[in-house]
Amino acid sequence: MSVLLEVTNLRTEFATRAGLVRAVDGVSLRVARGECLGVVGESGSGKSVTFSSVMGLVRSPGRVAAGTIHFDGRDLRGLAPEEMRAIRGRDIAMTMQDALTALNPALTVGEQMAEVMIAHDDTLPSARGARRSAIRDRSVEMLGLVGIPAPETRLRQYPHEFSGGMRQRIMIAIALTCRPQLLIADEPTTALDVTIQAQVLELISDIRARLGMSVVLITHDLGVVAEHCDRVMVMYAGQVVEEGPTDQVIGAPRHPYTRGLLASIPRPALRGQPIRPIVGQVPDLVGLPPQCRFHSRCPLARQGCLVQVPMLPAGPGRQARCLRLEEMS
Amino acid sequence: MTDAAILSVPQAESLFRRNLRDFRRNRLAMASLIVILVFVVMAVAAPLIAPQDPNETDLLRRLQPPGWAPGGDWAYALGCDGLGRDILSRIIYGARISIFIGLAVIFLATGVGILAGLAAGYFRGWVDVVISRVVDILLGFPYLIFAIGLMAMMGPGLMNIVLALAYKEWVIPCRVVRGETLAVRELEYVEAARALGAGPRHIMWREILPNILSPVIVISTIRMANVIILEASLSFLGLGVQPPTASWGSMVSDGRAFILEAWWVSTFPGIAILLLVLAINVASQGLRDAFDPRFSE
Repeated sequence: MSVLLEVTNLRTEFATRAGLVRAVDGVSLRVARGECLGVVGESGSGKSVTFSSVMGLVRSPGRVAAGTIHFDGRDLRGLAPEEMRAIRGRDIAMTMQDALTALNPALTVGEQMAEVMIAHDDTLPSARGARRSAIRDRSVEMLGLVGIPAPETRLRQYPHEFSGGMRQRIMIAIALTCRPQLLIADEPTTALDVTIQAQVLELISDIRARLGMSVVLITHDLGVVAEHCDRVMVMYAGQVVEEGPTDQVIGAPRHPYTRGLLASIPRPALRGQPIRPIVGQVPDLVGLPPQCRFHSRCPLARQGCLVQVPMLPAGPGRQARCLRLEEMS
Repeated sequence: MTDAAILSVPQAESLFRRNLRDFRRNRLAMASLIVILVFVVMAVAAPLIAPQDPNETDLLRRLQPPGWAPGGDWAYALGCDGLGRDILSRIIYGARISIFIGLAVIFLATGVGILAGLAAGYFRGWVDVVISRVVDILLGFPYLIFAIGLMAMMGPGLMNIVLALAYKEWVIPCRVVRGETLAVRELEYVEAARALGAGPRHIMWREILPNILSPVIVISTIRMANVIILEASLSFLGLGVQPPTASWGSMVSDGRAFILEAWWVSTFPGIAILLLVLAINVASQGLRDAFDPRFSE
């Protein structure tokens, strides 16, 4: 499979009063065409910032300090703001974390869908009437695609007239309007209840298969990753700590953090036993020494771990950032 | 899809219409709106309604009392002023000046204020610094003295009054727009629009402006009452519309000399100012209650 998105050694920094925060520190990743990559990690691990950087959406006081971002053969960091704007929404689309607030409350759903098409689609007819009906037809089609009943009526409604799950679907529909090659779904299900979560994820998988697009699924939930992603990337404190095919990573984690994440999931089979959380907290990202960032919370840490740890091969198509990964199998 | 599912789709109702409905339920505000409309009709149809020519002097009728008082004549229902002009007709014509200036100043000031406020709040940086400092400086001047100074420089005249008041008035909507823009630009849907490739112009006009319009409309109507008082004050001081054109402020001023023997000369235009300003204030309160989400139940 050919590579659609390739990021190498990305570093994104935020200048804060406390000092320089490296929210993303040396992240490399690849997304192949048609592939679904899961990105997991706790809050503040740099998942969202990584992909905001890819989209060119990092704003002052943050900046992308180093690294390369190649999408479909183009160097995104070298593009002018207008060129990047043309790519956003047309080639790469991103859905926001909170579906309840990610739609403009003052415009109807139809207007919001139309604006994306007007901004990006040059194939729309130029005659006014034809243009309007083309936009309308496509909007109805997209709402139908995400399973919203009575799309013709719904187009004329405002976001407050929809439930949370519906708004998430609408946001996905808007993101998919221009048939992007890559959809970045930033925690598409956190604001939703469990039954709706499953529907929305099912929907994303289904559309991915139908449109042949790639998906990056950012989430806290390893269960979601297990069900929907081909590969998974685990992030901790701004770095990738483990990366590989989903079943292998979840079946036999090679990094103590991944193992800790898996152990802290409540399971019916282990009923009655206490959940084992990962003790401690994410380190302060200001002025981190160049050593393993997980060692203060790591059950396997020893003196030798206080060095800078690179990503090490951990089997075919797998890597982990741990000196003791051999001992974990 | 079954019929039931289609039927359960709620009727589309825009935020605006819902707000309008809230406003209509507010009786006091509706009454004020009617008062305002009466004044507007008076202003628009002045030549048809006014019983007399507002500028026709008749020294025989000098300080003639209102129609119901001894010596009054119902053809001159509210009496006559020091030059024998019909006060009612002058009030009717004066409504044109007050309402025109009120509307013109507010439209001009709100337009400029929205542009400046959006630019300051969206671009931040030096644009914000420059605009905000100009606003601070203008706020430091007492309004009336600032306007008097400008009128003295530009000379009297209808357009000059509008300009003199708008020069300072725009800072009010500007500050509101800037503050709201700063808040709204950080919201998720603005970020979502950026993620879909929206440029600054689109974000300012389509994402931010429609969502901050309610407080701007509300503040503008409240300020309109203020502008009408300011115009009356300028005219009272003789810096406003020049005679013989009727303006409520100058009518009150004209009557000062005879306030003891002919109270009606100053009183009736004063009541006109009071009624219009009060009605606008109450109506704008109603607007605020209906349109500003922070005040709706």
